Amino acid sequence: MDESQALFVDEDSKSRSVSVDLYHDSLLQVEISDAVSERDKVKFTVHTKTSLPRFKRAEFSVVRQHEEFIWLHDTYLENEDYAGIIIPPAPPKPDFEASREKLQKLGEGDGSMTREEFAKMKQELEAEYLAIFKKTVAMHEVFLQRLAAHPVLRRDHNFYVFLEYDQDLSVRGKNKKEIFGGFFKNMVKTADEALIASTSGLKVTSRFSFLYVFPTSPPSPDVAEGYIPISSVLSSLGTQESSIVNRNFLKLAELFEKLRKVEGRVASDKDLKLSDLLRYYMRDSQAAKDLLYRRARSLADYENANKVLDKARMKNKEVKQAEGHQQLCCHRFEKLSGSAKQELMDFKVRRVSAFRKNLIELTELELKHAKASLLLLRNCLISLKMEH
Amino acid sequence: MATEREPPPLGDAEQTDFRELEDGEDLFISTASTLESSPTSPEPASLPAEDICANSNGPQPAEISLDDDLEDLFAEATEEVSLDSPEREPILSDEPSPAITPVTPTALVTPRVEPKTIFVPAMFERSKEELEEEANGDSFDMEIVVSDPEKVGDGMNAYMAYKVTTKTSLTIFNENEFSVKRRFSDFLGLHSKLATKYMHIGYIVPPAPEKSIVGMTKVKVGKEDSSSTEFVEKRRAALERYLERTVKHPTLLHNPDVMQFLESSELPRAVSTQALSGAGILRMVNKAAEAVNKMTIKMNESDAWFEEKQQQFENLDQQLRKLHTSVESLVCHRKELSVNTAAFAKSAAMLGNSEDHTALSRALSQLAEVEEKIDQLHQEQAYADFYLFAELLSDYVRLLTAVKGVFDQRMKTWQKWQDAQAMLQKKREAESKLQFANKPDKLQQAKDEIREWEGKVQQGERDFEQISKTIRKEVGRFEKERVRDFKAVIIKYLESLVQTQQQLIKYWEAFLPEAKAIA
Repeated sequence: MDESQALFVDEDSKSRSVSVDLYHDSLLQVEISDAVSERDKVKFTVHTKTSLPRFKRAEFSVVRQHEEFIWLHDTYLENEDYAGIIIPPAPPKPDFEASREKLQKLGEGDGSMTREEFAKMKQELEAEYLAIFKKTVAMHEVFLQRLAAHPVLRRDHNFYVFLEYDQDLSVRGKNKKEIFGGFFKNMVKTADEALIASTSGLKVTSRFSFLYVFPTSPPSPDVAEGYIPISSVLSSLGTQESSIVNRNFLKLAELFEKLRKVEGRVASDKDLKLSDLLRYYMRDSQAAKDLLYRRARSLADYENANKVLDKARMKNKEVKQAEGHQQLCCHRFEKLSGSAKQELMDFKVRRVSAFRKNLIELTELELKHAKASLLLLRNCLISLKMEH
Repeated sequence: MATEREPPPLGDAEQTDFRELEDGEDLFISTASTLESSPTSPEPASLPAEDICANSNGPQPAEISLDDDLEDLFAEATEEVSLDSPEREPILSDEPSPAITPVTPTALVTPRVEPKTIFVPAMFERSKEELEEEANGDSFDMEIVVSDPEKVGDGMNAYMAYKVTTKTSLTIFNENEFSVKRRFSDFLGLHSKLATKYMHIGYIVPPAPEKSIVGMTKVKVGKEDSSSTEFVEKRRAALERYLERTVKHPTLLHNPDVMQFLESSELPRAVSTQALSGAGILRMVNKAAEAVNKMTIKMNESDAWFEEKQQQFENLDQQLRKLHTSVESLVCHRKELSVNTAAFAKSAAMLGNSEDHTALSRALSQLAEVEEKIDQLHQEQAYADFYLFAELLSDYVRLLTAVKGVFDQRMKTWQKWQDAQAMLQKKREAESKLQFANKPDKLQQAKDEIREWEGKVQQGERDFEQISKTIRKEVGRFEKERVRDFKAVIIKYLESLVQTQQQLIKYWEAFLPEAKAIA
């Protein structure tokens, strides 16, 4: 099994996922080597290394925008041949709104903050912005890498175009009609799902249908931010006081400063390990659910075909036609089912190992931070008590 | 600044040395000024201030900056103190209101035959008080606990009664351990009595906890929810701290009202403390009037120490307020964090339930449990943040108001003195006019008035001296207390943070093997 499928790509260690097609000994390695954030869009530089004869060169780069990724994803979705495969979820739209707003508010100036406070908050917000940026790059990269790793999906023509065509794909963002249409389609689909689930005799076994309730992990950057004003007031208190008390206050200010950094890291680690994981698997599960839906849909078609066949046989009209149709549906269904089963089992393995890795890493990080905080606090206490 | 703490070398009469003795300087300046202004005791204005300075020694300057370092200096000074100073008595007597004891000031105003001999004991005197206080502070054997809040009565007339338990080995009390039941208005009544007796002569009286109409109404109505229990608990803790601060003050401790409050089982109900009563409204009007007055008094500050201290306290006040706001928002954030963590724990549990891979499912359920425990931790930490840190800060913000009030009282006293002087001047002018008018009976009356006003001027000056002296002492005490208080609370707070982290470590360490066990 491709190792790439088992890993959720870490931001810090941009692990290259090498996809080796054992049958053809072909290399297709995709990564996002650079990204530039312009006013309201992000330009990704997609870099491909390949040994596939299909491509003109062995190594090449193109610049792509988010809409083009979405286009690629949609073409996969619409392709009947891939009905039995879990299509990797599309990367989320880069959203810097919140972060930008905060930076702007900070810039507009809050008279109540001292210069150091201001600098610290600015630093925090900038780090946040950077983190969001890194994350969106990673999301786009993972999407491509999963496609490249999948034995069937990697062979898609549109994929090659996406990777190689160095001009603008001129994929316009969906206009209102399309968006509305898409929305409508979605609604129909959900209704359809429910209908199928209730009417079809085939129970969509619980093994494959998971109701994922996705918890949002607690946002705790606020506690970290809360420490900033405290440490700054403490240090200003310290500068005023007579020297013994001064030392104490300064020590305290330092302590809170360091604690704040640790708390901030706790929050971002949690975000990284836990909430990103959950978010990604939520989308992935949605893709899996879509697969199941397609399967259920094809089953419904099959059943319908059966009914039509029966009716045709009774009336003895157009039997051949009905038989042909029914056969088609049957084949389709079986093919779907077979591939779906495989896909879903792969998905489970992938999911379990990703959860395991991230939970372990999360726990280890939490421990590391808690121990660091503990050390800080203890040291401060010792030096405070020594003052006696 | 180190020089400030060193006692000036004995016998060194250079004026420059005493630049640093702000306290010493003050006395001597006032000495000189009283010499000049009181014509009844014609003294050579050249009374060498230096001579008197020469007799001052260790304890004198040490009084100014009562940092912890100086405790050693005090200890060393013991041998030079006369233990049987007769003037000790008036200060520590049990009189309801310490009469403005004419200790030092009388020495100044009466014919200065032997300024040295009278002066010196007074200074030793003060240091002796300090030492007494030190001794009291070190072996301060009094423990007050406010506990068992219980609701008495029903409806809008209901109130909370708190049990006040005192454990002490001080001999001024009849027993070693006793407890009484008090209600909130009793505390307010005690504070108001102490304030009227002591504030205008310069003692910093610890302020009582604030009234809260909303909070109390909820309790009266009988709402048994977490916010009203929180309110009661907050109040109970505040009352305890109030009493502790009050009895730490040696003068207040010996006040019969305080002793009665702690000891006697029945206490006359203090009605004038109700917010909406006539007395309450009168108080508010008075406060407003005082605020206006404060702005109009322009005091001729002869002593830089006071100005400095006032500035310092002003800054401190601002900083503490800012800090208090920050800590309160920290408490809010932590509570939010805890709510979010709880929600997360629930969702993680549901996730664990719907997961069919057994090991992962188990791990997720464990994760949910860990998060739940962490949520508890956050809640407790928020409480610690609040009760330890934020309340301390708000106590001190209120205390600083009391301190500022005391400085204002000094200004008022000065104003009274100045007014008396102005009046005296007028009377003298009137008298000299009458001298030429040849009206013997009016003249006599004028002379009588002059004498009366001279007395008032003297009294005014004495009052001013006394209040200045008291304030210095009080401020010194306050500073020491503050340092001690803050340190103790901060240490406790940090220890609570340590606790939290240790617990966090425990929880995560328990979870780790579960995560690793996912096959």
